[in-house]
Amino acid sequence: MHPLLRMIGERLGLGLLTLFVVSLIIFLGVELLPSDIAQEILGQAATPETVAALRTRLGLDEPPHVRYLDWLLGMAQGDFGRSLASGREISELIGTRLYNTLFLAGLAAVISVPLALGLGILAALWRNSLFDRGVNTAALAAVSLPEFFIAYILILWLAVTAGVFPSISNINPDTAFWDRVYRTMLPALTLTLVVVAHMMRMTRAAILNLMASPYIEMARLKGIKNSRIVTRHALPNALSPIITVVVLNLAFLIVGVVVVEVVFVYPGLGQLLVDSVAKRDLPVVQACSLIFATTYILLNLLADVLATSSNPRLRHPR
Amino acid sequence: MIRNQRLWRGGLDLGRRDLLVGGTALGVAGLVLPRHLRAQEPKPGGRFRLGKAHGSTTDTLDPGTFENDFTIGMGYVFNNYLTEVQVDGTIAGELAEEIEASPDAATWTFRLRQGVEFHNGKTVTAADVIASINHHRGEESTSAAKVIVEPITEIEALDERTVRFRLASGNADFPFVVSDYHLTIVPSADGVADWRSGVGCGPYVIESFEPGVRGFFTKHANYWKTDRAHFDEVEFLSIIDVAARTNALTTGEIDAMDRVDLKTVHLLQRNPAIKVHSVSGNQHYTFAMRTDTAPFDDNNVRLALKYALDREAMLQTVLRGFGMVGNDHPIGPANQFHHADLEQRSYDPDRARFHLREAGLDSLTVDLSVAEAAFAGAVDAGVVFAEHAAAAGITINVVREPNDGYWSNVWMNKPWSAVYWGGRPTEDWMFSTAYASGAAWNDTFWEHERFNELLAEARAELDEAERREMYHEMQAIVRDEGGAVIPMFAAYVFATSDQIGHGEFANNWDMDGHKCVERWWFT
Repeated sequence: MHPLLRMIGERLGLGLLTLFVVSLIIFLGVELLPSDIAQEILGQAATPETVAALRTRLGLDEPPHVRYLDWLLGMAQGDFGRSLASGREISELIGTRLYNTLFLAGLAAVISVPLALGLGILAALWRNSLFDRGVNTAALAAVSLPEFFIAYILILWLAVTAGVFPSISNINPDTAFWDRVYRTMLPALTLTLVVVAHMMRMTRAAILNLMASPYIEMARLKGIKNSRIVTRHALPNALSPIITVVVLNLAFLIVGVVVVEVVFVYPGLGQLLVDSVAKRDLPVVQACSLIFATTYILLNLLADVLATSSNPRLRHPR
Repeated sequence: MIRNQRLWRGGLDLGRRDLLVGGTALGVAGLVLPRHLRAQEPKPGGRFRLGKAHGSTTDTLDPGTFENDFTIGMGYVFNNYLTEVQVDGTIAGELAEEIEASPDAATWTFRLRQGVEFHNGKTVTAADVIASINHHRGEESTSAAKVIVEPITEIEALDERTVRFRLASGNADFPFVVSDYHLTIVPSADGVADWRSGVGCGPYVIESFEPGVRGFFTKHANYWKTDRAHFDEVEFLSIIDVAARTNALTTGEIDAMDRVDLKTVHLLQRNPAIKVHSVSGNQHYTFAMRTDTAPFDDNNVRLALKYALDREAMLQTVLRGFGMVGNDHPIGPANQFHHADLEQRSYDPDRARFHLREAGLDSLTVDLSVAEAAFAGAVDAGVVFAEHAAAAGITINVVREPNDGYWSNVWMNKPWSAVYWGGRPTEDWMFSTAYASGAAWNDTFWEHERFNELLAEARAELDEAERREMYHEMQAIVRDEGGAVIPMFAAYVFATSDQIGHGEFANNWDMDGHKCVERWWFT
């Protein structure tokens, strides 16, 4: 079997094991939290009788291991179950939210990845120039500021003062594609500012690292233009670390954006997860966490596959 | 908005100061009134977009779970109730046309309006009312309103349009009870309330509802009220972050928002396109002491703490003056029998020391449990309390508790905790909910013989003067012997764009008694 395929197979198997462990940890974590869903749903209006009645209705009287195994069994058959709080099918509950999250991550990636790579390559090309220093400073400043602060600054400039974009992302399944892009632009720009620095600096560093190699020296001696050296000779060999960083940032764009969701009232998965933890709605917490874990596992795998295939030595091991 | 409210009342009661400036005041009124009167003519049309501070992905259409302002507000959008609290605080029939009480106030008969339609075209009948109320009753009930309907022993239909309630004991305020926001009237399906379909009999029909995100509603073509529900469409957006909500209003993404950030309200008021409204109601904050736990079991200790609190300072610091100081009893200005002449308790460290000595103490150290979940600004309020109490020799350790699980683990568990009360439309309701012996939410664990006697007596009394006297006495008892320190009543502060027309605001709940959707219009 091709070594690459074997690696993918092994990693997927390990991934399943990871998911199982994650689900166990989540279950135990939610169990350890004080109070339960019956008390949280009823809130200030809870009385012992109504809490007891709600517990019975939701099947919370069962011991924890029975509830976990029940859930695991359903999961193994592809059944996410129902939300305890609203009684809705979880697949239906998560469907639109997952799409929203992926849409935002996608839009942010479409803007930030080319931007970061372009700036990184230019910074490497014009090393130590004013441009290089300026871009580095700006990117580092953006990444050092908290996300919500960047978000508020963008709202102030682009929504309140200039009125170019809406300050909240009021989207729903009926929103047309370009309208959706328009309404999602501010959160996407915020995320762009958050992730660009990491990718840009890694691109620059990886290329500069190679620029001291003898084969680059050779290319220079042949009289090749500097821009061609960077893009054709250095970049392909620097791809491996760049891909890893890009993919890690993509994973962040999917799983780590709850603050941005709150500021822009963006109906993504993060808000759903936070709400569900607050209400101790275990099946929903599990479903969201497993989606996030799967995202990380698959993207990490993707990074390794891409890194391997971009390196001839790894692609054809002797 | 304060200016606005003045104009509203301008014609009715010219204050002494207005008379002094006589000509000017009338001149201004003469200039402003015609335009103002034009604005008062409700105009139909438009999509009303409301930004709400609440809303959670776990919300449902089950009226028994309505607990935040998103679902409560939505209840009034797609549903009607048997009765409705009016702008002036009195009660009137909504679905009920006639209401009749037996002399002992223990049997109540409601006659429904003719031909009110649900969104699916079905007529509202007695069977629907019975199923809707029964949804909250019984052993199996998980409804938050179970306690409210508990006194109902029997409901029966006398005919298609007449329902009779029998109560365990007389309650002169029963018409108020059935105006509670949980008690929506939904269609009955085989005797069971069918809330799942989302069909109601209210002014707007649910087009889509994404819990924690958005609700979208269109006008119910056959709505029976012809002088209400002016908007064509209504959109509810859950915008929990107050900065996001304010931004949405200033950029015109929404037409109105609730729960204005009091820390920045002075900046918002500068915006000419936005009107900030403040309405005092019954919403109040308390610091509930467990009177069954030392040292709070000694009334002198409770009095010492009540005197050691600088209410005015707390009102200015925490609420920026948007509210009024409390007098250690929970009856607010929106209540019918509010005792306005009861002497206002004020900050008096010497008096606090005196009560401490009476309790046989030189100094006192107590823990006060607070969290933002109790009410916005509770932590600051605790710190302000501690600061002023120090002058009376009282050390208050402000313990910041987690927001998560506050109502199940801290409230009614810790000896002294901060509490939010939305207030209740009637004295009896408020007292029976949180001060009566054995009440489920008697969070001070207070037992007072005379108080409980008066409570039962006043409840069944139909003579208004008698009731007034009894409720006044009860307010004094709670103030002097109760277990709750009640520093302030918080005004409902909300904001609208200047395109919104409205009448005088109701003060039974936030957002014009949650009826803004039905009562407001675009100018």
